[in-house]
Amino acid sequence: MSVLTDTPIDLTPDLPNDRSEGQLLEVSMGPQHPSTHGVFRMDVTLDGEKVVKLKPVFGYLHRNHEKIAENESYLGCMPYTDRLDYICSITNNWAYALAVETLAGIQVPERAEYLRVITGELTRLQNHAGLVGFLMQDMGASGTPLMYAFREREKVLDLFEALTGARMMCNYMRFGGCRVDVPSGWLQAAQKVIDGFPKFLDEFESLLMSNEILMARTQGVGVVTREQAINAGISGPMARASGVNYDLRKVDKYGIYDRFSFRVPLGEHGDVYDRYMLRVLEMRESIEILKQAMRDLPAGPIMDPNTKIRGFRPKAGEAYGRIEGPKGELGFYLISDGSPNPYRFRVRPPSLINLTLLEDMCLGQNVADIVIILGSVDIVLGEVDR
Amino acid sequence: MLGEGILKGLTETARNFLGSYVNKDRLTTVQFPEERLPQIEATRDFPFLVYDGSDWQAGLRCVSCQICEKECPPKCIYIEKSKDKKPDVTGKLQFYPTTFDIDISVCMSCQICVEVCPFDAIKMNVEFEMSSEDRFGGLLLRKEQLAKSNEYYNKIHPTEAAAVDAALAEERAKVEAKARQAAEAKAATPAPVAAPVAGETK
Repeated sequence: MSVLTDTPIDLTPDLPNDRSEGQLLEVSMGPQHPSTHGVFRMDVTLDGEKVVKLKPVFGYLHRNHEKIAENESYLGCMPYTDRLDYICSITNNWAYALAVETLAGIQVPERAEYLRVITGELTRLQNHAGLVGFLMQDMGASGTPLMYAFREREKVLDLFEALTGARMMCNYMRFGGCRVDVPSGWLQAAQKVIDGFPKFLDEFESLLMSNEILMARTQGVGVVTREQAINAGISGPMARASGVNYDLRKVDKYGIYDRFSFRVPLGEHGDVYDRYMLRVLEMRESIEILKQAMRDLPAGPIMDPNTKIRGFRPKAGEAYGRIEGPKGELGFYLISDGSPNPYRFRVRPPSLINLTLLEDMCLGQNVADIVIILGSVDIVLGEVDR
Repeated sequence: MLGEGILKGLTETARNFLGSYVNKDRLTTVQFPEERLPQIEATRDFPFLVYDGSDWQAGLRCVSCQICEKECPPKCIYIEKSKDKKPDVTGKLQFYPTTFDIDISVCMSCQICVEVCPFDAIKMNVEFEMSSEDRFGGLLLRKEQLAKSNEYYNKIHPTEAAAVDAALAEERAKVEAKARQAAEAKAATPAPVAAPVAGETK
C-alpha cells in the first residue's frame, strides 16, 4: 500500500450563512425513507438538484450490543452477533468465533473449517444477490430484478434453515467448531443450489448489465478514488471497486482459505456501476470456492473436544479476530480478564466505516443519485448502529 | 445500437414470464395460508418442556437446575425450584420446578437453553402461529402450556429425538446396572456392613 498520500480527503466546502435568498434547501431524508435500507437519516442541503452538504444521522437502531455483551457469557454473545448484520448472520458468528478462538487458543477441526467456508460463502452469495436486487429497486427497476434475486436468495435461506434451524438468525458457529453437522441430503441440496446459481447470474447479467438506462444512471456516479478508499479505511467490495487489492481471504488466509484458488475482482473507476459489477463477479468467485470446498469436504468431528460449551473462561488477554465479511472487514476485539464474561467487546462494523465516505461520494450529485449511492455502499443498519 | 441492452433485458423478462407456465423453478410462489411448504426438520422457534409417559406433572424431565435460566442470553426464563423432591420417571427423587415461565415476547429462539440443558428437558418447538391479543399474559407461557410429550418431540424432530432417546436409554441402563451391582454387592456381604453399625450403637 505505497499509494498512501499526504493530501487530505476533500472536506465539505463552507456554506454561506445567508439563507434569506432561499438558495439552499435543507431536506431531511429518512429515517422512514424506503431507500435508506432501514432507519438511516441524511440531512441533505441542496442547491437546486445538487447536493452541497450531507450529514448522516444514525443511531435509531442502537441496541447497546457491546455493553450487553459485557454482561453475557461468551456463549451468550453468539446469538447477539446474529443481529448485527442480520442479512449475513453466519459470517458474524464466524468473526466472533475466530476472535474467541484466538483469545483462548482453540484449534478448529478440519471438517468444521470446511463447513464454515461453505456456509460463509453461501452467505456471501445471498447477501450480494439481495444487494444487487435492492440496488436495482432503488434505481427504479421496480420489482423484477429484486424478485429474481430473492428467488435465488430464498434457496440459500432454505439451505440455512435445514442446517441451522433458522433462516436468518442462524447462530451456527461455536468456539472450536460448528453447532451441528449437516443433515442427510443437505450436501446434495447445496450442490444443486450452487450448480444452479451461475444460471441466475447469467440471466441477471443479460437482464441488466448492458441496459443503457442503468449505465447512464450509474457510470461516473458516486466515485471513490483509490486514495480516498485507502485513507478512509474502507474495506470489502467497496474498496475493491476503487481498485484497492485488499481481500482478507487472501491477506490473512484465515481458516483454510489458502487451500482454494480464486481470484479477487477489482474495479477501475470506483463508481456505482463498478460496485454493482464487482458484486456480480464476486458471486462467481464464491461459486468457485464453494465447488472446491464441496469437493474436498472431509469426514471427521465438527467440534474441538476440549472446548467446553458452559462455563467457558479464557485466560486474561486480548484478541482481534477479523474476516472478510460480505460487506467488508468484520472484526471483533475482545479483552478477557479471566471471568466468564468479556471485559470489553468491540465490533469493527464494515457498514459503518464504509458509510463514512457517503458525503464525499454524494457532493455535486443529484438528489436521486443519493439513493443509489447509498444502495451501492451496502449497509445494514443493525450493524451501523449496533 | 441504443436500446439493445433494454431489449435484451426484456427478452429475459419474457422468458421468465412464459417459462413460469411450464417450469416449476421459475414460479416458486406458494399461496401461504391455503398452501404450505413441508416442515423442514431442523426448524426451531420457541422452547418447550419434554415429559415422559402420559402425565405431564409426573413425567417432566426438568429437575429445576436453573442452568438454562442463567445461560439464557435475553433472560426470558423464570424458574422457581421446589422445596421437596418428587420421584421422576425412573423413580429417583428429584427437585422439580414449581414455576417455569418463558416469556416468548423476549425469547430470541437462539437454542442456547437446549444446548446447555444436561437432562434433555427443554427442546425447540416448531409452532409459529402464536399471535395473541394479550401482549403480556398471552405471550408468557406457563409450565402447563410448555409441557409437551416425548411423542410430540419425536413427531416434530424425528432424527434428533431418536438420538436423544437412545442416549437417555443408555444412561438409564447404565444407572440400573450400577444399582443392580450395588444391590448384589450389598447382598453378598451383609456381615461387615452390619458389624460397624452394631458397634456404633453400643
